[in-house]
Amino acid sequence: MGKPRQIKDFLKKMSLDTATIRRIASLARIRLDESEVQQAQAEINGILGWIEQLQEVETEGVEPMAGGSPVAQARARLRPDVVTDGGQADAILANAPDRQGEYFGVPKVVE
Amino acid sequence: MHPTDFTLRGAIDALNEGTISSVELTNAHLDGIAKLNPRLNAYITVTAEKALAAAKASDERRRQGTVGALEGIPLAIKDLFCTAGTRTTAGSRILDSFVPPYESTVSQNLLDDGAVFLGKANLDEFAMGSSNTTSASGPVENPWSRANDPDTRLVPGGSSGGSAAAVAARLALGATATDTGGSIRQPAAFCGIAGIKPTYGRCSRFGIVAFASSLDQAGPVARTVEDCAILLKSMAGFDPRDSTSADMPVPDFAKACERGVKGLRIGVPKEYRLDGMAPEIVALWEQGLAWLRDAGAETVEVSLPHAKYALPTYYIVAPAEASSNLARYDGVRFGMRVTEPGSDLRDLYERTRAAGFGAEVRRRIMIGTYVLSAGYYDAYYLKAQKVRALIRRDFEQAYEKVDAILTPATPSAAFGMDEKQDDPVAMYLNDIFTVTANLAGLPGLAVPAGLDGQGLPLGLQVIGRAFDEETVFAVGRTLERAANFTALPGLRAGA
Repeated sequence: MGKPRQIKDFLKKMSLDTATIRRIASLARIRLDESEVQQAQAEINGILGWIEQLQEVETEGVEPMAGGSPVAQARARLRPDVVTDGGQADAILANAPDRQGEYFGVPKVVE
Repeated sequence: MHPTDFTLRGAIDALNEGTISSVELTNAHLDGIAKLNPRLNAYITVTAEKALAAAKASDERRRQGTVGALEGIPLAIKDLFCTAGTRTTAGSRILDSFVPPYESTVSQNLLDDGAVFLGKANLDEFAMGSSNTTSASGPVENPWSRANDPDTRLVPGGSSGGSAAAVAARLALGATATDTGGSIRQPAAFCGIAGIKPTYGRCSRFGIVAFASSLDQAGPVARTVEDCAILLKSMAGFDPRDSTSADMPVPDFAKACERGVKGLRIGVPKEYRLDGMAPEIVALWEQGLAWLRDAGAETVEVSLPHAKYALPTYYIVAPAEASSNLARYDGVRFGMRVTEPGSDLRDLYERTRAAGFGAEVRRRIMIGTYVLSAGYYDAYYLKAQKVRALIRRDFEQAYEKVDAILTPATPSAAFGMDEKQDDPVAMYLNDIFTVTANLAGLPGLAVPAGLDGQGLPLGLQVIGRAFDEETVFAVGRTLERAANFTALPGLRAGA
């Protein structure tokens, strides 16, 4: 891949199957019941089909834009590499669903 | 005159003249909220006691001679801004009981200027939506209704639907809002009020629940352009806690409102003349251009050849960033947790996120996860970033010829709560005129400019150069003066 033509052909054939929908949900750590897979598949394929029109744009040699404002980025600065915050365990743990002392509680991870 | 009918500027003057106190002003708004919020659902949380205590403290400060720029002014805060000690939900079940231990920079700036917070305004879940129907706290109703069909309840737009509905119904003098693809400007237009998304970097994002970090910007909604200018002046400014915050002086935006447009060149993007566009939208746009010419501006056709790719670009970039940002909701550190007996950590994550996120949020996280996943990153995400660069370049080239651009704010007036809910893509088209400004990082202002055939408000949008909100305000104020928009929604405090 990498050539616009190839990517375009590749995506044209693309319509996500149910196994791929399950894999995406798993990567996203969202539990998907079997009854929800087909609807998610139809909606996501609908959106991806609509997005596909981007492939017709000629972008050879275009520098990708990352971030929201090149004007502000040009003025971005480095801050001194020093500790500016800390010692707030109680504030950080205040909303924890399961607080154990100064730690977040989770189900057993290591047997 | 009922105290809720003041503009924000009018209330500042009345407070300064001593004809009203902050307590009186705040009480009048709380009364209106008590009467109308059960129907409109514009506020998720009303902080009546805190508001009255803050109003009393403000009146006391005034007696002592300390008067901030927003001294004693009651505002609504979108429930996406963290407010220390006040529940902040982002319209999501997953944050249903989240009480931030810290204050967002924008809301702190408003407090520092003496503002009084009435409560937290409803929104689409995590600001993802254009109708305010995805909130876990239920939909918001638009205070306007169709003249010939008054029983159909309309959406206020979204995602800042609660902020816009509250301000239109006179349940606040102004409100904070955020805009990732149109979430300030579209609800402002649907509710017949003004709203500005400033230049990316103008307002700190610190303490605002993140949706898509390279697109999110905070801004105000209010009933006049000048009121927006006053609020933005207080909200904006450099913040070392947001690395994308711009270290630039904040101009006197209210003063810029009265500059006029004589000699300005106003761009009309030809690609925005869409096939099948509603004739009344076309007519309003033409009218807006005529008003600006009458006030001494020159209107010039410009081309934004990549604008038609803005929405699909947005629906790659925004979900990609959202899937990354929303990874933090894991049921461990804050927010909701769902487990079953025997759940391991992964099962905890998956159950918590399935139960905690609504359908639209789950959909966008999955799209974002897919477009960032191995093998598809170049085809989708990198491609979208390149098209985004071209969209921005189109604007840069247009601004070699013009000082600001005028477009419709939305492709239609407010629609019914049951309409457009079945097809995600149809809902996404609401942002067709607004989303380019987010992708290019530019300021955009929605101004109420007229009514459609059913008596519903329609707005125009002014898009400016980066960090040139002053010209945007000058153009917006000129349109506002010419439009003389005096229509009122049926549901409002004091009516």
